[in-house]
Amino acid sequence: MGWIVLKLEKRPSPSVFWSRATPVLAVALTMVAGGLMFAILGKNPFEAIRTIFWDPLFGEFAWYLRGQLLVKAGPLVLIAIGLSLGFRAGIWNIGAEGQYIMGAICGAAVGLAAYPTESRLIFPAMVIAGALGGWAWAMIPAILKTRFNTNEILVSLMLVYVAQTVLAMASTGFLRNPEGAGFPGSRNFSGYPAAANPELIAGSGLHWGGVAALAAVVAAYVLLQRHILGFQIKLSGQAPRAARFAGVSPQKLTVLCMGIAGALAGLAGLFEVTGPAGQISIDFNVGYGFTAIIVAFLGRLNPVGILLAGLLMALTYIGGEMAATNLGLPSAAIQAFQGMLLFFLLACDLLTNYRVRPVFKEAR
Amino acid sequence: MFGGIDPGLLIASLMVASVPILFAAVGELVVEKAGVLNLGVEGMMIMGAVTGFITAVQTGSPALGFAGGALGGAVLSLLFAVLTQVMQANQVASGLALTLFGLGLSSLLGQGFVGIKPPLTPDVPFGPLADIPFIGTVLFSHDPLVYLSVLAVAGVWAVLSFTRAGLVLRAVGESHDAAHALGYKVRRIRVLAILFGGAMAGLGGAYVSLVRVPQWTDGITAGAGWIALAIVVFASWKPWRALLGAWLFGGITVLQLNLQAAGSRIPVEYLSMSPYLITILVLVIMSSGRGRAALSAPASLGQNFHAAR
Repeated sequence: MGWIVLKLEKRPSPSVFWSRATPVLAVALTMVAGGLMFAILGKNPFEAIRTIFWDPLFGEFAWYLRGQLLVKAGPLVLIAIGLSLGFRAGIWNIGAEGQYIMGAICGAAVGLAAYPTESRLIFPAMVIAGALGGWAWAMIPAILKTRFNTNEILVSLMLVYVAQTVLAMASTGFLRNPEGAGFPGSRNFSGYPAAANPELIAGSGLHWGGVAALAAVVAAYVLLQRHILGFQIKLSGQAPRAARFAGVSPQKLTVLCMGIAGALAGLAGLFEVTGPAGQISIDFNVGYGFTAIIVAFLGRLNPVGILLAGLLMALTYIGGEMAATNLGLPSAAIQAFQGMLLFFLLACDLLTNYRVRPVFKEAR
Repeated sequence: MFGGIDPGLLIASLMVASVPILFAAVGELVVEKAGVLNLGVEGMMIMGAVTGFITAVQTGSPALGFAGGALGGAVLSLLFAVLTQVMQANQVASGLALTLFGLGLSSLLGQGFVGIKPPLTPDVPFGPLADIPFIGTVLFSHDPLVYLSVLAVAGVWAVLSFTRAGLVLRAVGESHDAAHALGYKVRRIRVLAILFGGAMAGLGGAYVSLVRVPQWTDGITAGAGWIALAIVVFASWKPWRALLGAWLFGGITVLQLNLQAAGSRIPVEYLSMSPYLITILVLVIMSSGRGRAALSAPASLGQNFHAAR
């Protein structure tokens, strides 16, 4: 007698087929497991899955919801592109949420300082300030890492909590609307055309943030495929020692990757606060900085993949909201659903790096 | 500045404030000593907080609540164990996934429990001992979990330093290849360490929702799990230093709350961001100086083990 066991054999190099197929497999598995979760919550799983994945695109209100797709995907893609560069090089910036908040605050502050001047230069100045704000916030963990060897994961995360306190200070204090009757929150940018970030094509949901996200995808693609820096980033992640022999400075790369990620997250924050959110308020941030981590992995740290993953994740946001109003599905369920997706993705990655072989084993 | 704050009470309350991060930090210390970096402490803590809270409310027993919290944390950590030890997934990414999933799942589970008061956890009855001025307040007026947290530190220290099991665990963390060559079951030992870490984080989380706050709200742990991770670095992977670190952070938390209550001239926002800023400062001090923290870290930390044969 004997039995069959599954044996893992490391592949000499990751399988190209499986690295493309695992996100699809992970989404399918998440739908099954998510359906089970919804069934446990007492909802019809098929209806819930259809509400989340189908109705926003082809349902009754699709004409409106399709536009929302770009609104939500824009910041996710923009942040995830920045994060993916660092993740590829083995630099773990997980404080994008903080950089997003600080970018929004810095950019909004410039716009509010200029109020009520009307000038075409105001919005570009705000964009620059937003990118700089996010960049500066990311420089803290980057420089602490290069100068003092401090763990960038912990520092960037701690700074999210600090940024949230700064946001509370801004919306109840230094950026509060002086005509807001004492309510927290800044002036609304929709009432200030020079600083607003409106929809560019009516009904499409595309604002400057979406444009920036698309530009970031193209730029990151060119960087990784055609530029020496992209090569250095990939090399440092796959073979840090070889990278050092090849003359890549880990310090410079850390500062650069963190800086790009911070600036893009800051931009995302600025576009969000001037557009869809409209104003600085205590809770204008909805966790895009954390969801972008899932987007980056789901997109295989590849710019085009991230674009697709961002759209998919945006779909779960919109579908989740629909399911919340139509089916009474708790809004937290969608967060668990997104976390589940990352789990399945990481688990399925086994197939990319290993060959699974059934081996017949003799009984001892 | 300290006017009106009784030092005895301050010490007593800092001991209580440090219990959640102490449990989580000691658990994570064991996990990291086995060579595994589990960044999901925050997720496991909040799962412990919600499962502990639900168990305590449903059964009316705080003791069962804490057991439920430990179980909740351990069950979530099992997911991490499967991902990293069986599926060979990246530990950093898996830990983050654990935290994101734990935050979502906990708020899903805790939906019907917002605004409920949990059963009170009674203090250990020391009788007249508790009435001794100062010493009574500091040493003899706590709930059982405060003493258990210190015992956990002592236990982990003793096991790691003096027992065969501790030696094997450290060997696995320093060089999994050598440990494997000696015939130790690397992955089995790591899974057990991860489960222990999960249970401890869950226990710490349950303490937050049952004693510290005590109620259930979304995101109740507010970064305590991340601070616990920082404390492990601060402690240079030594249990007693983790106790010191946790008390230090407990002290900062209590002090800033007291200053807020006493109407200090420092704005509230600066006080409430201080624990996070001081964590960063401590990390900088511990990590700089020819990479001291890096030297005392277990050599195989964060690397996956795959036996070639």
